[in-house]
Amino acid sequence: MNTQLMKNAPHLELEGICRRFSNVQALDNVSLVVERGAVVCLVGHSGCGKSSLLRVIAGIEWPDRGRVVLDGLEISGSASHVEPENRNIGFMFQDYALFPHLSVTDNILFGLKRLGRRVARDRCDEIIARLGLGRLAARFPHMLSGGEQQRVALARALAPQPGIMLMDEPFSNLDRELRQDIRTETIELLRELGTTVIMVTHDPEEALSAGDTVVLMRAGRIIQSGAGAELYERPLCSYAAEFFCSFNKVRTACRRGYAETPLGRFAAPGFADGEHATVYIRPQCLRVNRDGDGDGVECTVVDCELIGEIEETSITVAALEEPLRIRSTDRSRLRKGDTARVSVAPEQVLIF
Amino acid sequence: MKTVSRRLSGLRWRIAAFAIAVFVCLPVAALILAAFEGSAGLWPHMLRYVLPATLRDTLLLLLGVGMLTTLIGTTTAWLVTAYTFPGRRFLEWGLLLPLAVPTYIIAYAYLDILHPVGSVQGVLRHLLGYSSPREFRLPDIRSMWGCILLLGLVLYPYVYLTTRSMFLTQAANLVEVSRMLGNRRHEVFWRVALPLARPAIAVGVSLALMETLNDIGASEFLGVKTLTVSIYTSWVSRSDMPGAAQISLAMLVLVIGLVLIERHARRNQRYTAAAQRPRAMTPSRLTGYRAAGAFVVCFVPIVLGFIAPAIYLCAEAYKRYRFAGLSERLLGEVVNTITISTTATALILLCGLVVAYAARTYPGRSSAIVARVSTVGYAVPGTVLALGLLVPVGAFDRMIASGAERYLGVSVGLVLLGSGTAIVLAYSARFMAIATGGIEAGFSRISPSLDHAARMLGQTSAGVFRKIHLPLSKPALVSSGLLIFVDCMKELPATLLLRPLNFETLATHLYGEAARGTYEEASIAALLIVAIGILPVVVLSRVGRTERTDGARQAGPELLNVDGRPLADKRE
Repeated sequence: MNTQLMKNAPHLELEGICRRFSNVQALDNVSLVVERGAVVCLVGHSGCGKSSLLRVIAGIEWPDRGRVVLDGLEISGSASHVEPENRNIGFMFQDYALFPHLSVTDNILFGLKRLGRRVARDRCDEIIARLGLGRLAARFPHMLSGGEQQRVALARALAPQPGIMLMDEPFSNLDRELRQDIRTETIELLRELGTTVIMVTHDPEEALSAGDTVVLMRAGRIIQSGAGAELYERPLCSYAAEFFCSFNKVRTACRRGYAETPLGRFAAPGFADGEHATVYIRPQCLRVNRDGDGDGVECTVVDCELIGEIEETSITVAALEEPLRIRSTDRSRLRKGDTARVSVAPEQVLIF
Repeated sequence: MKTVSRRLSGLRWRIAAFAIAVFVCLPVAALILAAFEGSAGLWPHMLRYVLPATLRDTLLLLLGVGMLTTLIGTTTAWLVTAYTFPGRRFLEWGLLLPLAVPTYIIAYAYLDILHPVGSVQGVLRHLLGYSSPREFRLPDIRSMWGCILLLGLVLYPYVYLTTRSMFLTQAANLVEVSRMLGNRRHEVFWRVALPLARPAIAVGVSLALMETLNDIGASEFLGVKTLTVSIYTSWVSRSDMPGAAQISLAMLVLVIGLVLIERHARRNQRYTAAAQRPRAMTPSRLTGYRAAGAFVVCFVPIVLGFIAPAIYLCAEAYKRYRFAGLSERLLGEVVNTITISTTATALILLCGLVVAYAARTYPGRSSAIVARVSTVGYAVPGTVLALGLLVPVGAFDRMIASGAERYLGVSVGLVLLGSGTAIVLAYSARFMAIATGGIEAGFSRISPSLDHAARMLGQTSAGVFRKIHLPLSKPALVSSGLLIFVDCMKELPATLLLRPLNFETLATHLYGEAARGTYEEASIAALLIVAIGILPVVVLSRVGRTERTDGARQAGPELLNVDGRPLADKRE
């Protein structure tokens, strides 16, 4: 095969994948193209089919319809199937799946049986050194901490030098502080190695920060995919919008292309007169003005809480039933019962 | 990259599992064919003369054993879980000891212990001031009530086990709540614990009754003409295969009824089990005469079901040994028993591994059915199973024999029946459930992501089996293997029917002597069987103890019942 051609061709293609489990359509016509070396995050609430998709790519599950093409070769299709052990795909499991009866070294050697003994040893030592596991090499999985187990699982999956690394919630079993460091470190390493990564997560922040491409799934379908910033800034539907950000929502009716709210008029192109629309306002896009006069609508402070670096203020506006939440890194020093003025920049509002 | 047809993935495992399931079903299928073959004219005769009497006796026996095992099993289980008193720790496992005594051995022992001119009745007469058996004797043990009593004494542990683990794992909250609501302990038993334990009791009783149906020795020695006995006699003394097959079918109807009860109860058990986390209740302390009373109530079944026959067997065996030493014949029988039980155990474990692994690796409706079908043998009485196996095995042997004579000019005799292979096959069909269930339980502790991880790291499904499942399920394999070995060693009815000429195991030796009424070396054989039979009791009792230490789960041997599934349904 022409190497140049291979370089340019997508690494992995999914075409119309369907998979049904008794009465649940786990995957419903999923198509996706993954470029070589990309980091793709599959994200969605539990049961959306993201893990099933990963397992289909791994070859642990079969698609009922559709095909999986790896480097131009069909590895799962209507008739043919490449067994998981022949795909050279790495997989990291949520529970790490370290073999409890094998030491760290033997766990890492497990995937290297096709290499010669000497080569396998060298490869194992190399990966152990690279991930700084030397101290743990002789230990057994139950003697390791969560972070250490994660690292061993990564080493084991990387040892056979897979072209694609699949990761199913690889960081969800870690403590909060540890998670971020290990995630950054892991993704950096995988990028350095040029490995294509497909990672499943239910954590929107993790998806946005780790993935070049974020794929949002719901009920077995892809809702939207693209760069993280694009999904965050320009969600195609309310579900996508709310998945990544918890909005203030104001229901209203449209009039002459505008949604009228107590907070102001917002352009609502494409909405008919009298049609109901919901205006989505990010908590960090609302501005509170302490002074009684100036821009904005008058409001009353219901609550003001400090959550670490940010401050969350709840306010009520006369014509709105629900209070609005405002998040800001500034210290407003507002107290319950204070009155203030709130305003919003029209271009930062979404309407569905 | 190697591409395979999707249909063919894992085909070998599935075919092997399917073949095993077919083999287990073979005897029953053959039996149904044999029953309807040729002699339909026998049915009216059977229906009028044979079935009513034997069926009545069988049902009476089942009823009696069911009531007795429920009474003993539930009472003792409640006493040792709800109260604490001196000796309770011993009783907790001691109550399992009668499991080590097969039904035919307890009958054998008591026939002699309670013989009208034996020592027990002699002492009794002496105490009461009578001088001859003609003036006073206990009611004859060779009767329906004797049979019920003796079977009940060795089969109650099934009810005890299931009920106790029910009390241990889930009664606590409810019992405590009902005490807060003003019920006293014994009221709690009637109003809460007993209704709660009903499914567990049903499971235990149905297992005990399956054993009752399986029994051939005790009912025959004690003169109770059950279905099993009449199947055996109509084949052995009249060579009436269709007749025997037809009675077997009647028996199968009873068995299916029991299995349905058991399955139904087990489902209910699971519902109640889902209610809350298991927690053992805090036993309340008994003192004085109450403690003594509780101890006696629990101790009597152990004395009657284990200690008395064990002492008797030890004494008799010692006398025999002093008198004649160990005969060559007995040593040969020990070798026979061990050889055949070991072979069967190995075969059964292998088949169980295949079935359990296929069900795990290629999950789906078909492999689940295969796994369940491969366990039906546990409910089929040994006599019925052996009879069913005789048909295809006999046909196979005749085919081989005539083929060998025609084409090779040599006489090979009966290959399977003559070599004892038929016995191994019968054991396999009957005890497969222990292996499948035990190994499935062991596998269920291995996270499926380990399988997938190993596959992703380049192992084939056979490689995963060898490198992951085999080493990780070793405890399950060992404990199932032990249970299977002991069950094979104790097995009597199928061995009797399928053994080659002049081939004796310890169990058939004992049967032979008891049937002839000669009391010679059988006591030594019986003692050996009971001694080895204690091994699984030790395993079971250790499991019971860890269950007490609430929450502390360990990967030790699983508490298994006859069909090999865990007795106490554990939550994940």
